[in-house]
Amino acid sequence: MRTICFYFQVHQPLRIKPYRFFDIGDDHYYWDDYSNKSIMRKVAQKCYLPMNALLLDLINHYNGAFKVSFSISGVCLDQFEAYAPDVLESFKKLVATGHVELLSETDGHALCALKSKDEFTRMVKTHKEKIKKHFDGYEPRVFRNTELIYSDSIGATVAEMGYEGILTEGAKHILGWKSPNYVYQNSIKPELKVLLKNFQLSDDIAFRFSNKTWADYPLTTDKFVRWINNIPKEEETLNLFMDYETFGEHQWADSGIFEFMRALPNAVFNGSDFGFSTPSEVLKGAKMISTIHVPTPISWADEERDLTAWLGNDLQDEAFGKLYELEEKVKQIDDAEIQRDWVYLQTSDHFYYMCTKFFSDGDIHAYFSPYDSPYDAFINYMNVLSDFILRVDKRIKEKNAK
Amino acid sequence: MKVLMFGWEFPPHISGGLGTACYGLVKGLVHHKQDIIFVVPKLWGDEEPLADFVNASGVTIDYREKKFKQIWKNLTYLEVGSFLVPYLGPEEFKKYTDYAMHDRVDVDESVFSNKFEFSGKYGKDLMKEVSRYALVAAQIAKSKDHDVIHAHDWLAYPAGIAAKHMSGKPLVAHIHATEFDRSGESVNKPVFDIEYAGLHAADHVVAVSHLTRNIVINKYGVHPDKVSVLHNAVLDASIIESKVKKKVPEKIVTFLGRITFQKGPEYFVEAAKKVIDRDPNVRFVMAGNGDLLNRMIDRVAELGMGTRFHFTGFLKGQDVDDMYAMSDVYVMPSVSEPFGIAPLEAVRHNTPVIISKQSGVAEVLQNAVKIDFWDVDAMADAIFALLHYPSISKMFKELGSEELKNLKWEHVAAKLVTVYEKITKE
Repeated sequence: MRTICFYFQVHQPLRIKPYRFFDIGDDHYYWDDYSNKSIMRKVAQKCYLPMNALLLDLINHYNGAFKVSFSISGVCLDQFEAYAPDVLESFKKLVATGHVELLSETDGHALCALKSKDEFTRMVKTHKEKIKKHFDGYEPRVFRNTELIYSDSIGATVAEMGYEGILTEGAKHILGWKSPNYVYQNSIKPELKVLLKNFQLSDDIAFRFSNKTWADYPLTTDKFVRWINNIPKEEETLNLFMDYETFGEHQWADSGIFEFMRALPNAVFNGSDFGFSTPSEVLKGAKMISTIHVPTPISWADEERDLTAWLGNDLQDEAFGKLYELEEKVKQIDDAEIQRDWVYLQTSDHFYYMCTKFFSDGDIHAYFSPYDSPYDAFINYMNVLSDFILRVDKRIKEKNAK
Repeated sequence: MKVLMFGWEFPPHISGGLGTACYGLVKGLVHHKQDIIFVVPKLWGDEEPLADFVNASGVTIDYREKKFKQIWKNLTYLEVGSFLVPYLGPEEFKKYTDYAMHDRVDVDESVFSNKFEFSGKYGKDLMKEVSRYALVAAQIAKSKDHDVIHAHDWLAYPAGIAAKHMSGKPLVAHIHATEFDRSGESVNKPVFDIEYAGLHAADHVVAVSHLTRNIVINKYGVHPDKVSVLHNAVLDASIIESKVKKKVPEKIVTFLGRITFQKGPEYFVEAAKKVIDRDPNVRFVMAGNGDLLNRMIDRVAELGMGTRFHFTGFLKGQDVDDMYAMSDVYVMPSVSEPFGIAPLEAVRHNTPVIISKQSGVAEVLQNAVKIDFWDVDAMADAIFALLHYPSISKMFKELGSEELKNLKWEHVAAKLVTVYEKITKE
């Protein structure tokens, strides 16, 4: 039987409060508690709570024949604990059904895979512990990196950590004529299986669902089932990967997105030869069709599917460079607050806000940014980082004086 | 399209930004093959021959035309003989009015003479000239064939209205600055009245920014559908390489403009204090003149930063270019700026800019740090960031000049042509 593999990314960054240069050396608390809390509550009401309830219904209704997978970033779990314990509870209930798979990722939703193998491994471990703690000893076996960032060498590192598989984007420039609807293998460590996002069908739901200028608007389950039936019979896995906030937050409730999801399993069961699987189930016994070569990192962002949303302009590179100059020093410091800030400052969103690519049509980036401009984002981040550098240096000095 | 356009000045004889903007616009329209009849009160003869120039001083009025009486009656919003100087600060204004009070002339018969020599300046006879200009406009509208009338700012609105009355062709009122931008809330009633009459008589209004458009809608009550935005552009987007080197080791942060309420100099002074308190390696410069200059000097002394904060007085020509070139940061903290071309000049000198969100230029310039003029903390923060985090300046240099190249008068004129086409069809 052919199968649909749903994976939802659950993430909220810890946003930085307005932090002026005169706060440097004086104020060591960087986080915007008010907006973090209010955004979390808003998204909880619009998306997490209603969608979790809907999924739980569907899983129960179809006795586990319908299933999904999540990756929840550590920084998001921390915010659930602080601001939305009700959401955390509802995720626990979902996982307890046994039909929901959780994936591993970096604790801070960070870009460290691109910079430091050490930091990357460390953060993945922290996240694993966090999942274990919150979800009754649950141990993820499949990995997904921040923003689906993947390369041959990142894959190799992930394989070394003992994961069976990894998720990434079915980027056109990587696949060429090949189809994303197969299981591939890493080019350095062939034992690592690679699942690729079918971006056409994923984005039909995640981005185009409520777009009235889209030729295929409105998207109905009948239409969607017709499309998946058009997939050649030998292609067995359809990976639908998207932000969880698609449901109710990016696509508002009045777009009919919840009704679409409620009706989808039935439409699929009755109208196609597809079922549903989690990533681990897909990997189990999957025939690997071929090796995938990704020498330079890809991601699921923007048209380019590369790293330019987070890195590459002067602002991003200065901030990113200055941050990771601290890595060796931070490792030597035994201080919970320094360690916490170190993780949260690495969150990819801070760099995303500094992106200048879409000045002219920066809708997507602007929608997700708390700042008026990339320059504002950069200034605020650099002020905070300047203070963090002072704190780190002070601790190192104290340590050496002993 | 044959456009009958009324301005007040045209390069090279200009005293403000209005003439430069008219020049750019005419150049752009010519690019799109539009025929322009450009009327100014006084022609000097050395204008670039872009249009069919008409010298209002050279027009003879034929009073046998019956409509003149009607047009004059309709000019009731013009208080001829009021002592009014539009682009001056309160102090200069007082100087002019004192003079005029002792040398008072009420409605002058010369307005109705067959010929009239305009000064084309912004002097004490301004209202007289504005009303005479309207009569001349009617005469021109009668004798010169045209499809659409276009008037720039309040000085030319009575002319535009009169021309429309004569020929019945649609009128575009272009607004480069409103009385609220010039005077804050203490508006000059006669000027406001003329602006009001012009904006309402117009078939379509063109504003230089969304900011100005909002003023036109909210303070003058013009219907939003009738008001479009046409941002200004730059004539020359090339980067100016300067050999001028600053002679001090410190970084230089500059304010350059009239030192008046509208330009927000006091916020710059307060922000300077906050920066200097934390970073002694900075000097601040306030270049320009205006009625708030003395108050600024007092405040700088009061804050005890006289050795770090410098006043240059009024700069012109090469000195202005040198000042931009020497600056590490240029700040325009305007309280109300319909457009504001100066930051674009700074960009041409590769000088990073901080501009207030209350300026029209903030709507088109992406590569600038934008702050609220009153947010002194944000201003200080932006200054500090530009001085300490090098990548912003680097980005501004890379992207800013590219951006300027897209601000072309041809693009502005293309949009204007669609406005002309729309209103001539209606």
